[in-house]
Amino acid sequence: MALWGMVIDLDRCTGCQACVVACKAENNVPPVGAKEAVRGRIISWMQVLTEEDEEHDGEVKRFVPRPCLQCDDPPCTKVCPVYATYRNPEGIVAQIYARCIGCRFCMAACPYNAKYFNWHRYQKEAPGQNPDVSLRPKGVVEKCTFCHHRLQKARERALAERRELAPGEYVTACAEVCPARAIVFGDLSDPGSEVHRLARSPRAFRLLEALGTKPKVIYLSEGEGRG
Amino acid sequence: MADPADSRDAALLAPIERTGRGFYVTVGILAALILWGAIAYWTQFNEGLGVTGLHQPVSWGFYVTNFVFFIGISHAGTLISAILRLSKAEWRRPITRMAEVITVMVLFIGAGQILVDLGRPDRMLNIIRYGRYQSPLLWDATSISAYLTASIVYLYIPMIPDIAILRDRVGKRKFFYSVLALGWQGTEHQQKVLNRAIAIMAVLVIPIAVSVHSVVSFVFSMTLQPGWHSTIFGPYFVVGAIFSGIAALIVAMIAFRKAYGLQSYLKPIHFRYLGQLLLVMSLLWFYFTFAEYLTGYYGSEPEEMKVFWSKFTGPFWPFFWGMVLTNVAIPLLCLVRLGRRTIGKVLIASLSVSVGMWLERFIIVVPTLSNPRLPFGEGIYFPTWVEWGEMAGSFALFALFYVLFTKLFPVISIWEIREGREVGLKEVEERLLTYLPDVAEPEVVPAKRGR
Repeated sequence: MALWGMVIDLDRCTGCQACVVACKAENNVPPVGAKEAVRGRIISWMQVLTEEDEEHDGEVKRFVPRPCLQCDDPPCTKVCPVYATYRNPEGIVAQIYARCIGCRFCMAACPYNAKYFNWHRYQKEAPGQNPDVSLRPKGVVEKCTFCHHRLQKARERALAERRELAPGEYVTACAEVCPARAIVFGDLSDPGSEVHRLARSPRAFRLLEALGTKPKVIYLSEGEGRG
Repeated sequence: MADPADSRDAALLAPIERTGRGFYVTVGILAALILWGAIAYWTQFNEGLGVTGLHQPVSWGFYVTNFVFFIGISHAGTLISAILRLSKAEWRRPITRMAEVITVMVLFIGAGQILVDLGRPDRMLNIIRYGRYQSPLLWDATSISAYLTASIVYLYIPMIPDIAILRDRVGKRKFFYSVLALGWQGTEHQQKVLNRAIAIMAVLVIPIAVSVHSVVSFVFSMTLQPGWHSTIFGPYFVVGAIFSGIAALIVAMIAFRKAYGLQSYLKPIHFRYLGQLLLVMSLLWFYFTFAEYLTGYYGSEPEEMKVFWSKFTGPFWPFFWGMVLTNVAIPLLCLVRLGRRTIGKVLIASLSVSVGMWLERFIIVVPTLSNPRLPFGEGIYFPTWVEWGEMAGSFALFALFYVLFTKLFPVISIWEIREGREVGLKEVEERLLTYLPDVAEPEVVPAKRGR
């Protein structure tokens, strides 16, 4: 069974936000409008966090792209009262929008703030939307699922052509679009894959690793090129 | 015992038989507030939770605060009524009913807060259809349902003899009362069964109440979030619940004492005793708060400290220090010397604690959420008119339920007062004798109740 994961090289990230935009377009993530945005209602499955570097005060900004970290021990799934969010066998933390009751317990439990709530009915059928991704109604929580619909599509294609899913056939929109190739996506359980190799790099670390959530998004710390 | 000719306790039946202008004015004011709440909820139901001030990352605010607060208040009934009944405290007699009513009414309102908070109230039944028992919210749903059931039974059983009195004495609603009285005649056997049922329920309701307040705290402490992930939270919430429960009970008692002229039943001595209990709980609450924050401070984890300082000196300082003022300073000043003007002092302390415990719940819920671990920027939460409306509506609904209850049933247990006069006096004397060194203790203490 594949274990989908992601490696994000912070040395390569320029903070260009291409991943954010690609994610929004791919997943029909709703624009909430300026007024709502000011009130803290922005939905952004992939978000580039900016952090001042403490060692070089005022000089360096650090960019940390943050999708859902797809924890192997996710705090959000434990607290959901209705199984609307769960970790599927391939390690992707899924969200069933049609079942979510909107209690926002998972949002309160997620230490990475990777879950977002639909405060209003933001989405309506519109041209240009990705038909593979469902529109979310008001009052439910939504999240990054590593573009799960892309996996389903690739798998169906492979099945139709009676072959195994080839490596590289399934990548997330953010990884595909990253101009600096800072985001690498693949199967962590495949010893030949690039993510597997990078995940073993001495620069590899996980966000808030001490919490024991075992995220499958692995970061490579800034190295030589810093400053 | 249920002698219909006994007119000594006519004052207790008066509010049911006659309705004054005060009642209509009160109901009118409450109805207006409830209307505001209803409009607020309707707006929210149509447009989504976006009409509230909630946002990312503060996704829980007033509603969850109110939920914890109301559920906390519900401890009034169990503590005063069950514990005082079990400990045979004779001064409990005029108090128990009021306390039990608070529990039942407030549980409805408290559980309702969660429904108000849901983004998809139409899918509420998913909790039953797809319930996941790993989630503390399910524990909540279970324990609150159990608590509500037990509290209703525990309210109803001791009411049966009184309902029979109403059936025999009051002209109105004869059918209603005779159904609810379950054919009560006050025979010795009935009285024995009743006393046993009350005793069983009193014992049962205490662990259920403790579980409810612990489970409410588990909603927070089962997460990894700084300021919530604390082992002390279970007992801390139980203490807070007893604390706010007593305060709410005192406020209700003083209100009905004034409105219905119950001065001869609710005497300064009752308020002195309750005031002393409140004082003890205030100190205990302070001890828990102190222990909680001191350990956090010494642990000095950066994330924990962010939340800590946001409460002590950051944007939440008015709430935090307001909480310390209203939960410790004012009650201490009012309650340490309860000589003259007992009732006034106890009332001030109770109102202060009611505000303080609401602030305590708020200071638990919001600062943790508004200080995320990763650099998202801090979020501060400003409730909108919708949240204010629903809060006002909830409090008004609680008050309205309570007032309507007093119009249907006596707010002070008539038969228990009579029992106090007729049986209690003698019983206490006998019991007192058995405490003394020169009297042999009887082999089995028989429950000498009823006749």
